[in-house]
Amino acid sequence: MTTLPPVVEMRGISIEFPGVKALQEVDFTLHPGEIHALMGENGAGKSTLVKALTGVYAIDSGRIVIDGVERLFAGPAAAQAAGISTVYQEVNICGNLTVAENIMLGREPRWGGAIDWRATRSAAATHLAALNLDIDPRSSLSAHSLAIQQLVAICRAMVVDARVLILDEPTSSLDAGEVQQLFTVMRGLRDDGVAILFVSHFLEQVYEVSDRITVLRNGQLLGEYATSELPRLDLVSKMIGKSLAVLEELEEAPKRSVAALASTVPYLQAIGLGRRGAVEAFDLDLYAGEVVGIAGLLGSGRTELARLLSGADRADVGQVRMGETLVHLRTPRAALARKIAYSSEDRKSEGVVGDLTVRENIMLGLQAERGWTRRIPAKRADEIVQQYVAALDIRPPNPDMPARNLSGGNQQKVLLARWLATAPKLLVLDEPTRGIDVGTKAEIQRLVAELAQKGMSVVFISSELEEVLRVSHRIAVMRDHQKIAEIVNDDVGIDDIVELIASGGSDS
Amino acid sequence: MTAWKTFVRSKIFWPVMALVALVAANTIKTTRFLNIRVQDEHLFGALIDILRNSSPLLLVALGMTLVIATRGIDLSVGAVVAISGAVACSFIASSPTPGAVVTVLTAVAIAVLLSLALGAWNGFLVSVVGIQPIIATLVLMTAGRGIAMLITGGQITTINSPAYKRIGSGFWLGVPVAVLIAGGVFAIVAALTRRTALGMLIESVGINPLASRLAGVQSRTIIWTVYAMAGVFAGIAGLMISSNVMAADANNAGLFIELDAILAVVIGGTSLAGGKFSLSGTLVGVLVIQTLTLTVTILGIPPAVTPLFKAIVVIAVCLMQSPVVRTKLASRRRVPVIAPVPAEVAS
Repeated sequence: MTTLPPVVEMRGISIEFPGVKALQEVDFTLHPGEIHALMGENGAGKSTLVKALTGVYAIDSGRIVIDGVERLFAGPAAAQAAGISTVYQEVNICGNLTVAENIMLGREPRWGGAIDWRATRSAAATHLAALNLDIDPRSSLSAHSLAIQQLVAICRAMVVDARVLILDEPTSSLDAGEVQQLFTVMRGLRDDGVAILFVSHFLEQVYEVSDRITVLRNGQLLGEYATSELPRLDLVSKMIGKSLAVLEELEEAPKRSVAALASTVPYLQAIGLGRRGAVEAFDLDLYAGEVVGIAGLLGSGRTELARLLSGADRADVGQVRMGETLVHLRTPRAALARKIAYSSEDRKSEGVVGDLTVRENIMLGLQAERGWTRRIPAKRADEIVQQYVAALDIRPPNPDMPARNLSGGNQQKVLLARWLATAPKLLVLDEPTRGIDVGTKAEIQRLVAELAQKGMSVVFISSELEEVLRVSHRIAVMRDHQKIAEIVNDDVGIDDIVELIASGGSDS
Repeated sequence: MTAWKTFVRSKIFWPVMALVALVAANTIKTTRFLNIRVQDEHLFGALIDILRNSSPLLLVALGMTLVIATRGIDLSVGAVVAISGAVACSFIASSPTPGAVVTVLTAVAIAVLLSLALGAWNGFLVSVVGIQPIIATLVLMTAGRGIAMLITGGQITTINSPAYKRIGSGFWLGVPVAVLIAGGVFAIVAALTRRTALGMLIESVGINPLASRLAGVQSRTIIWTVYAMAGVFAGIAGLMISSNVMAADANNAGLFIELDAILAVVIGGTSLAGGKFSLSGTLVGVLVIQTLTLTVTILGIPPAVTPLFKAIVVIAVCLMQSPVVRTKLASRRRVPVIAPVPAEVAS
């Protein structure tokens, strides 16, 4: 298959955003008739590369060659006209229209000035048949499952006779059977000579369907490999990118003996807790004074696990025990009443209330707990705010500034202050250090260690394994929405965890 | 100087300027416009008229401000105005002693409680059932006038009760009672939102509902509360309007008042997208709308072009508030002083 000349050739692509080098000298080649997976952790530059190809972002340097001709697209529409179609993660189609209308949207056959509906439907039927899909073109799209909707979106992308099909996380909301359906269609297209760029976080799926893999990390190209020649272990360690040399310095953190904890009663016990489509049933014991790290790739179910523990989502199976009592964490409010605080990974849309001031953001949790009638007296609020602004070194130390004007790291500190002000006994931190500078990162890690020493139970989730290893006493490993292992952080290295993730925890 | 600068930059600046301009235009036309005289120990004058005529709209707009701050909207307030007036007038008309204070107080209590229930119904549909606010309140907007018609039996119920008349056109210590009621409600709402945590939690729910939920804010209770308040205030406005004409007109009482209220809120600088709200801004918005109505009469503008005149003033105010226009104007002023910096365009 490599004998065919490449349909897409990207050479030395660099893109810089203010303060971030999103892509540095990245090469990427896509041949007709192959499924090429693009792998990398969050922020590795996968979407940036896709957007550079489709003309969403302008490139700062490098060149893009399509079919041997150097091209620069003005936008996705221009790229599509050149035969490069993209199907995005969020299904970008209209549920209230029919399948035929969705497939032919904007390209309906016309008769005079009016749309020829009969021809539209038959054209849609032809396109569906080309993908071997048996879907009634007249049916409303919303009547179908997400998987069918996804397939219709692909069908729509193929209407323009696309020679390059970009699938951005197409499987993230599909179940196993639906994924197979999608893969059948993908293989069919590949055999017809279409080049498919597949972006996914699911290791198994990548190994199942792709022919080649390109790995990115921190905006840099790590290499392009034939799928059959790249062991999973290598792929995971390339994505996470930790060499053994760095490991040495991690082991200094004083680890409290977990054996001492074994005699005490867990603060919270999750027994067979799970939620359909989010995370499969898991057991987890959380002790006071202990940090439990959750390791796993993005999309492995670690956030979903955290949301079940903190009442952000409701579990459909299993139970939660606190001491002897069975508790129902139906809402975040119910969890907060039980002194469980959850800091979401999505700081912007689920954390900071941007237009409120730093003071209001910090007081929000505490005030919500008291209800609106009993306002926290201004003097007391000032004391609390001053205390946390100083303790966490929030900058600028101006409580009356709207929180949206703060940097990411300081917004994170404001959120930490909000949760700490509620005096939690269990603190669930989902990616508390994402997108913040190294100094603040270290401060937050130190704070976590301190809180645990004072008797708080902490759940710590991070994409960076070294960080998880540094702060946690115990580590739960997640993969493909399952908790696959639980290990005591005692002489454990990144490689051990990488191996667990790669092997699925069954044979090691 | 700095206080002035903050005022110029605040959202309330242009509405206040519009108000000043309208008052100035009226004063130029009739110099007596600003005069306030005392007659029979009552205050009289154009300004007093504006205040009194503003009272029902202010009440409705206050409720609307809180609802809009939670990302909602309440289209049913006009219908609640009609229902409230219909209930009170029907009760008084059927009473053997329509003039008695007790009768009037009972009528008022029934009307206010019913309005509370109607507001709570809206709140239920929005916060518990999860219907979009515009649709949820549209239900009562359409059905409400029918309910009012049922109560009045399809007739315009006229009553004769001096005690009831005082609500809309009476005076107390020389000041119109309507103005006192509206002012009192304004003070209560201001205290309720800014002296308790209600205001902050309303804004929090309006700005970021997801984050508020995770922070444990009871958004359901809060949304319910604001719709109930909007209902009560609309009910009081309905009492005022019916008392003013001493009749309940199910078809026309409070017609389109919801639109005027929304306009007042927007002129006052509260965004329809929810979040930060300004009660004083709403007050200014109401006064602008009411002064505008009076200006049309004073300037002798032909009735046919009145809507156009109103529209022009409203558009002017809204344009001056728009961030796009403000940035353009600001950069225009800046250009001769400093060379344009490309990086600043994004901000």
